[in-house]
Amino acid sequence: MQTERNSYRVNHLAQLESEAIFILRETAAQFEKPALLFSGGKDSIVMAHLARKAFYPARIPFPLVHVDTGHNFEETIQYRDDYAKEIGAELVVGLVQDSIDRGEVQEEKGPFASRNALQTVTLLDTIERNQYDACLGGGRRDEEKARAKERFFSHRDDFGQWDPKNQRPELWNIFNGRKQHGEHFRVFPLSNWTEMDVWQYIKAEKIPLPNLYFTHQRDVVHRNGSMLAISDVVIPQAGEEVEKGATVRFRTIGDMTCTGAVYSDACDMDSIIQEVATARQTERGTRADDRRSETAMEDRKKEGYF
Amino acid sequence: MSHEVPYDEGYLEMDLLRFTTAGSVDDGKSTLIGRLLYDSKNTFEDQMDAVEATSKKRGDENVNLALLTDGLRAEREQGITIDVAYRYFATPKRKFIIADTPGHIQYTRNMVTGASTANLAIILIDARTGVIEQTCRHAFIADLLRIRHVILAVNKMDLVDYSEERFNEITEDFKKFASRLNNITDMTAIPISALHGDNVVDKSEAMPWYQGPTMLYQLETVYIGSDQNHVDARFPVQWVIRPHSDEYHDFRGYAGRVAGGVFKPGDEVVVQPSGFTTKIKAIESLDGPQEQAFAPLSCTMTLEDEIDISRGDMIAKPNNPPQKGQEIEAMVCWFSDNVELQPRGKYYLRHTTKEVKAIVQEVKYKVDINTLHKIEDTSTFGLNEIGRISLRTSAPLLYDSYRKNRQTGSFILIDSKTNETVAAGMIV
Repeated sequence: MQTERNSYRVNHLAQLESEAIFILRETAAQFEKPALLFSGGKDSIVMAHLARKAFYPARIPFPLVHVDTGHNFEETIQYRDDYAKEIGAELVVGLVQDSIDRGEVQEEKGPFASRNALQTVTLLDTIERNQYDACLGGGRRDEEKARAKERFFSHRDDFGQWDPKNQRPELWNIFNGRKQHGEHFRVFPLSNWTEMDVWQYIKAEKIPLPNLYFTHQRDVVHRNGSMLAISDVVIPQAGEEVEKGATVRFRTIGDMTCTGAVYSDACDMDSIIQEVATARQTERGTRADDRRSETAMEDRKKEGYF
Repeated sequence: MSHEVPYDEGYLEMDLLRFTTAGSVDDGKSTLIGRLLYDSKNTFEDQMDAVEATSKKRGDENVNLALLTDGLRAEREQGITIDVAYRYFATPKRKFIIADTPGHIQYTRNMVTGASTANLAIILIDARTGVIEQTCRHAFIADLLRIRHVILAVNKMDLVDYSEERFNEITEDFKKFASRLNNITDMTAIPISALHGDNVVDKSEAMPWYQGPTMLYQLETVYIGSDQNHVDARFPVQWVIRPHSDEYHDFRGYAGRVAGGVFKPGDEVVVQPSGFTTKIKAIESLDGPQEQAFAPLSCTMTLEDEIDISRGDMIAKPNNPPQKGQEIEAMVCWFSDNVELQPRGKYYLRHTTKEVKAIVQEVKYKVDINTLHKIEDTSTFGLNEIGRISLRTSAPLLYDSYRKNRQTGSFILIDSKTNETVAAGMIV
């Protein structure tokens, strides 16, 4: 971020950028084998962009790790592959399908099955196999109420679990990443960012995004209050309302079985930002995975979710 | 007045204010934060729907705005707050980060944590009970952590008939206590009712005698520009960048976050602890070379001479270096409920980007934080206790007093067996 010349005023985005860069460098310095969790969603794209800035002109000193449910949008996968190549980063993909094939998880059955919950097993497995001791995530505290209590350096026991009642206090700029063998950390450089901050930063830094974030035509099915893209893994059932060629975009990008679209004709950053500014629903309001219960996120986090 | 956040260029003009909220159980702290979020139009429909549903389930009379801030299941079930939670909201003028700290057990530990990064503290008082021991404790912690701006929020004015006399009485009581503190330079008392919204975002009609700012107006306009130290140049080296690429074969960049002062290419600098002097060659970034770097910006600098520099070293100006030494005195707040601070106890000490070992030389005194009395015949202290100790470190620290610089004057102690953060320290 550019700052004003001859004045020591720093706007809030520049402060957030500086803080995130500090956290990324601290992660590289305090851990032996960190990794950056990269989903191809806007938050992880911003995090990767900040990592480039943190270590410029060197390459980022950790791989991009993606947990792929196999039910991702094609555009996301394409973006992921292109981006890793462009910045010269190693890309490590953990496949949920492999966890299923190894019998480590059971796939949900029925027409509304989702692999979203299975990701946790594949993630922990990928961490263990590669011996990552810190995983950088794009989670933000404003996203969901259980995340509001998350630390920048979030300690996980040797089962990968989060204990919300036993977290280390974080003061000033000092982060304690000391750990026993087998334990690891999740690190969240974007903790203090809001959805609006992320969008404004993407605009200010001119960061390219997958097309899914912008308006397009798509066949969708209305299911449990979400509008899901019709695909091999989301097949309309009898009695469900189907809409052909709806004008939509996605506010968040995740597994196709639980990422809902919103009606929108926002075609560029300015119109997206205007839409975010007037939104009456939180962005996770489009996520079917958070609707399973009021404490769905808290429960998944305790088990080791992102 | 519109509370809509600008989405155009104005967004880049907003600055950041971090504040913490302190209050006893039932002072209405969660309600106040809920009110700030709701009245400044920073809540979403689906959040409000969830709050309404939960209010109904719990049998609350009105929609309980306090529920907007309760995160974990146990908190909602028991109606309490367990841990520091961070909240965000914005107005056209500023973005705010609230460190919302609970008002019961482990209170001191949480408030110290929340206060360590805050520019401002809101201290809540119940108008019926007035200034109590806990109020003094909150003010003492805010002062200890060097928070310069305080809003004294006298809440539940509706329950004292919006009495001007009562408000003045409480404000006088608080000022009497605060006159014994050093760092709070700016105090504003505001009579409010968080429950009904008086003087939180909108001006109260029930208290025409009050001519001062509303809470939100005060938060939006309090001047924090002088809170950063732009005089004493301090750059703790965090990471050394060596690309090993053909293009940048001999590049050696020192990355870190400026902890004080201003650095420009051409400036003469001294690298501690080695004491070598050199000049700044450039301040590099992905966006091109920069003209300057100042607190709190992160940057990467290259130097004219090749000097052996590693993480934990400090770059400063030759005529104004930090203190250097292995014997330090500090105020510490003890955080652990498992172990007490022990005389001769050994800990890891983290200070800026450096970690050393430290041994407790002497426990000088403990502070009774309700009366501010010193208790001198003591050799240990436990959870939530604050006192002054001296430490000896295994390697020299490059430091300033906490009063001079919050970043280079602070440290944490880590238990070497459990890796738990057991104390927060402020160098005297």
